[in-house]
Amino acid sequence: MTSIRSKNFFKTYIATTDHRTIGIQYLVLALISVAIGTLLSLLMRIHLVWPTWPLSHPILPEDYLAIVTIHGTIMLFFVLTTAPQAGFGNLILPAQIGARSMAFPVLNASSFWLTATALLILLSSTFVPGGAAISGWTAYPPLSAVPGAGPGQGLGMDLWLVSIALFAIATTASSINTLTTIIRNRCHGMTWERLPLTVWGWFTAAILSLIAFSVVLAAILLLLCDRHAGTSFFVPNGDLVSGVIHHGGDGSPLLWLHLFWFFGHPEVYIAILPGLGLTSMLLANFSHRKVFAYRTMITTTLLIGFLGILLWGHHMFVAGLNPFVSSAFSISTTAIALPASAKVLSWLATIWRSKPQYTTAMLFSLGFVSLFVTGGLTGPILAQPILDEYLHNTFFVVAHFHLIMAMAGVFALYAATYYWFPLITATTKHPGRLMSEPLGHLHFWLTLIGAYAVFLPMHLTGLAGEPRHYAQLTGIPGPGGSLSPTGLLLAQTIPLNLHITYAAIFLATAQLLFLFNLFRSLRKGQFATSNPWRATTLEWHPAMNPFPPIPASDIPVITVHRAPCHYESTANGDTSLPQWTSDPVSQISIEDTTNAKPE
Amino acid sequence: MPLACKTRPANNSALLLAPWFLPADASSHGPALDHQLLLNLWIALSLLALAHLILLAGLVARRRAEATNLWRIEYLPLIALATLFTTLTIKAERLWAATRYTGASLTALQIEVTGVQFAWYFRYPGPDAAFGITRPQLVAPGEGNPLGLDPTDPNSADDQVTSELVIPANREVDLRLNAQDVIHGLSIPELRLKQNAVPGQTIHIHFTPTTPGTYAILCTQLCGLGHYRMNATLRILPPDQFTAWLASKQKAATP
Repeated sequence: MTSIRSKNFFKTYIATTDHRTIGIQYLVLALISVAIGTLLSLLMRIHLVWPTWPLSHPILPEDYLAIVTIHGTIMLFFVLTTAPQAGFGNLILPAQIGARSMAFPVLNASSFWLTATALLILLSSTFVPGGAAISGWTAYPPLSAVPGAGPGQGLGMDLWLVSIALFAIATTASSINTLTTIIRNRCHGMTWERLPLTVWGWFTAAILSLIAFSVVLAAILLLLCDRHAGTSFFVPNGDLVSGVIHHGGDGSPLLWLHLFWFFGHPEVYIAILPGLGLTSMLLANFSHRKVFAYRTMITTTLLIGFLGILLWGHHMFVAGLNPFVSSAFSISTTAIALPASAKVLSWLATIWRSKPQYTTAMLFSLGFVSLFVTGGLTGPILAQPILDEYLHNTFFVVAHFHLIMAMAGVFALYAATYYWFPLITATTKHPGRLMSEPLGHLHFWLTLIGAYAVFLPMHLTGLAGEPRHYAQLTGIPGPGGSLSPTGLLLAQTIPLNLHITYAAIFLATAQLLFLFNLFRSLRKGQFATSNPWRATTLEWHPAMNPFPPIPASDIPVITVHRAPCHYESTANGDTSLPQWTSDPVSQISIEDTTNAKPE
Repeated sequence: MPLACKTRPANNSALLLAPWFLPADASSHGPALDHQLLLNLWIALSLLALAHLILLAGLVARRRAEATNLWRIEYLPLIALATLFTTLTIKAERLWAATRYTGASLTALQIEVTGVQFAWYFRYPGPDAAFGITRPQLVAPGEGNPLGLDPTDPNSADDQVTSELVIPANREVDLRLNAQDVIHGLSIPELRLKQNAVPGQTIHIHFTPTTPGTYAILCTQLCGLGHYRMNATLRILPPDQFTAWLASKQKAATP
């Protein structure tokens, strides 16, 4: 009996090609990763201000850098790339376009297990001799190319490279799957202009993944060749590391920077594009409004994707490029502020005087808008090479990307979780459950306050000159020690850094509320109706709802009749017009905002 | 705002007075950079406040029919923002061009900076105004030759290698940056200066220090486990004191 049950468990949850189960697998992987990444960030914060607590001896500098590296790698790749794109992408995307499955189910399952393998390899690198890699998630050579360049740069670095290579293969396959599904599997009536903006986000992010991850895969293969096959793509002739002189070819470290950032910058857009689309849809849903300027939002999504691959050089203003190149990248970087601003304007116009319904999902979407604006506004500042000459690699940059990518990205994930929770929990035996709204509200406010309390002060320590990747701020060795000009410069940031650490502990603790709500609601959450948010998109179609799905032969033909987010004002309040209802109330409902006549 | 620290005295006490903002500037291009930075920060703060005001006002106000005027709500603000960002970019590009598009003048003081895990070395070419050849095979920090100066090269005989950067006030300085092993980042916050040193490449950067004093030199590119302690001291001296310092260095080196 037990063997049959365990066999069923294996078939249902492990060796499955069902896209929704795969989506949940990705979300579980991301949840484990985000927990590890958050704990690592707390270790860093505590070590910086209380070096001797809780252990009697401080964390070693190489261990601190290994923590930095794993934190960045795990958060960017295994949380912000997997959860929105592969997690919710699998769970929701097919339903939202009226498809019964993803285009390539077996490829889909292989991608997940490859990603899980990549995560295990990354984590295992902690336990090898020398420890995990210490060169940050950007892994600049020669530090990453020469095993003798530091502890962790031997086997730890090899494992890091193999892990990211596998991740790149998995993500490339997964994005081919996403693209094919969107292009081929849309149901009848789902024209490109009727696609929900979330689907446009996944679509654009998948195109970027395809371009970016294949380049980083190539770069990693070159770096592995430099390390083990005697090539010299990234190491110059005569390079002297730890007493060993590099002979052979004359490579350039800058080649890696170009290849890496050609991948690295689109990567941060891959992390945020699904969130941009989701925010548009949720704001409209809970405001009972159309998304303001729907077609413009489709265009700006594509524009952000397109410009996103043209501005990698803004990471290299001080790297040793020709100064004219910096000017060019400065212009392309500032240009992306325009489609991003267009999105903010659309969000503000959508909720303007709408008296929205403040569900937890709505609150997190509003929080996303706030964080996206706050984090985004420092973008054009960092895009100016002359200012980057002061701000580069200071905590000002850390504050910028944590607000706009990490915090905004996580807010989008929270909004998605609270919003789609009924679809995650629905089974054939019972309908889906809702997460607790009062707990959700509390979680939102604590997280919003915590996010700002952690990352706003980092702008100030950055302006004061605090550099990134410093394992110590006090007790700096060397001539003059803590009383040297450098020692004084770092020591003066301690009061603010103390505050940041307290705030980080607060922010992390507040997330326990989410975990409690999540695990409690999984078993005890209130049952949801089939369309609890009065949403208009297809994932809430009654036939899409049961989980696991009813047999394909029983699914009625689904046809889409209109663009999403149509709400009609009537005497009894407003009613939603889902995309699937055939009742054409009026011709106006088919029209887009862009066709509407000016007031 | 504490940018009044532009006229800061030459010691570090003023740092502690304004601990949460820009350190004092000690270079000739710094004031313009600081002005541009402050202007940008104020604009960002204003836009931040404006966006949040609109957000909150829109949430608080009574429900109305949805807006439809695409031009007024979407395109006109975008044109305004485009104009603003274009202006800021042009201003920034001019400052960048002024500091980076052209090289140093021929009379600039030549100093070579080498980044090594985990120290900065500074080399003065000496009276012959020429740097001697260095070879990685000859690098021997324990024997006082951290850069691998080739003794058979006559140009290297009068080269001075130091672990602190000493420069005279109000004379242009031309730094040539090298790295021996991995990428390092030369950063001098008070000079508003940051430039990576890349192995296999020589990168020039030039500036004019103004205010005598003692300042921090950091590494701002992750270079290994000792990254946090890879620092050095910059001393900007009045010109006569600098001449005396250089002469004493050369005298000490002459056997």
